Amino acid sequence: MFDIPIQAIFGQLLLGSINGAFYALLSLGLAIIFGLLHVVNFAHGAQYALGAFAAYLLLTYAGIPYWGALVIAPVIVGALGIVFERLFLRRLYEVDGIYQLLLTFSLALIIEGTLRALFGSSGIPYNNPLPGGVNLGFMFLPYYRGWVVVLSLALCLATWLIIEKTRLGSYLRAATERPDLVRTFGINVPLMITLTYGWGVALAALAGVLAAPIYQVSPGMGANLLIIVFAVVVIGGMGSLAGAVIAGFGLGIVEGLTKLVYPTASSMVIFVVMVVVLLVKPAGIFGREAR
Amino acid sequence: MAEAPPLLSVRDLRAGYGPSEALHGVALDVREGELVTLLGRNGAGKTTTLRAIIGLMKGRTGSIRIDGTETIRLAPERIARLGVAYCPEERGIFASLSVAENLVLPPVLRPGGLSTEEVYRLFPRLDERRASQGTKLSGGEQQMLAIARILRTGARILLLDEPTEGLAPVIVDQIGDIIADLKRRGLTILLVEQNFDFAARLADRLYVVENGRVAACFTAEEARADPARVQSLLSV
Repeated sequence: MFDIPIQAIFGQLLLGSINGAFYALLSLGLAIIFGLLHVVNFAHGAQYALGAFAAYLLLTYAGIPYWGALVIAPVIVGALGIVFERLFLRRLYEVDGIYQLLLTFSLALIIEGTLRALFGSSGIPYNNPLPGGVNLGFMFLPYYRGWVVVLSLALCLATWLIIEKTRLGSYLRAATERPDLVRTFGINVPLMITLTYGWGVALAALAGVLAAPIYQVSPGMGANLLIIVFAVVVIGGMGSLAGAVIAGFGLGIVEGLTKLVYPTASSMVIFVVMVVVLLVKPAGIFGREAR
Repeated sequence: MAEAPPLLSVRDLRAGYGPSEALHGVALDVREGELVTLLGRNGAGKTTTLRAIIGLMKGRTGSIRIDGTETIRLAPERIARLGVAYCPEERGIFASLSVAENLVLPPVLRPGGLSTEEVYRLFPRLDERRASQGTKLSGGEQQMLAIARILRTGARILLLDEPTEGLAPVIVDQIGDIIADLKRRGLTILLVEQNFDFAARLADRLYVVENGRVAACFTAEEARADPARVQSLLSV
């Protein structure tokens, strides 16, 4: 059981970091939205799929290649998120959280259903913009997979720096605690909430664009992933940004290594970890107990 | 003082929580540079009046004019930009921010505020504890921080909600000195208090709020000359 070749270990570490990169980007977006809006965004997976479809449509109908889509698709999907927040989500902040859950869940169903009706359920391939790779001696590293991990890490770090180290970030953190009081300081909190939702959605869409060349572009791609991402957020600690990122990458790697040791368990190991964390520290590894 | 036009003018102010109305037509004036106190029993509507002035009470009606501008329909952030700052009863110190971050959180909206250094000179205790988490401070220090952070913004009107509540007498005296100093600097202050002696020492005028209305108004001289009359309105 333990005589595993080193190449296999590094191979799974890489695979784990790639899955982890997607978990981290998606759970970070969820955590940002939950932190400020106190809304569990069930549409997150659909918005991720929408990002991948936006990249596919941009390529097919506008001839815009991957690198353009990487910027344009998140902007388009983020803007749609902003419209959704302004027109619908905003009306439900004052009522019980279950209504926001129902609203975002129904948005997910509408998006997925529409994509299915227009493009069918089977996956659409998207060409790898960075073919080839480099042999590192102990393993083969495809360029594109390395790019996904690096870009995802950079985006997570940038988001964390903005929130922890800048003035805007201190407004965000304060508004998470007392939005009413922050407004009395002359800060437009409703606008900040809208932009935060847009930012979280744009991160999901960007993850979708990143995923297109690795997985296929399909309407259900987000729904499958979202269940794992919710587990990641719970393990990291609801609303903790660093927790979301660290748990995202960490659990991707744990999942990858489990494939080596006991492959059948790899699809459930994250949920086993979630159960253990919930029993031992219900607020999550990096979460603060509810005030 | 009498000839100065009111900087803050409230007329027929009505506001409430859900279907129940808490304010039934409050009317009051605060002139520039004046320190006016709202006295009254628990639940009389003092805090609700302050929250309505800063714009936190939804569905408020009547008229609130700040330097002539009608604000009854404005959002809190717009009202703040007219030069109004609010210090809530529960202080509202942010747990996720350090003392220094709490202090500089409210942005400077208008010229004329204190610099960060001046604020630290006024509150040396906060200077010593800059790096502490905001909510690790003692109650008195949190109250000082809550007042200190609205002095940088350039606000002309300060709305202070029971800054002495739950504090030791020696701290209450310090807070009183600070408020007197702010008045000398020319700030206009509307202070909510339950403590009559504290209010009478600082205020130019005192309003007594009862059942969501202003029941009486005294000048400081009248209140000091006949404290029993004011007290009788406050006792159950």
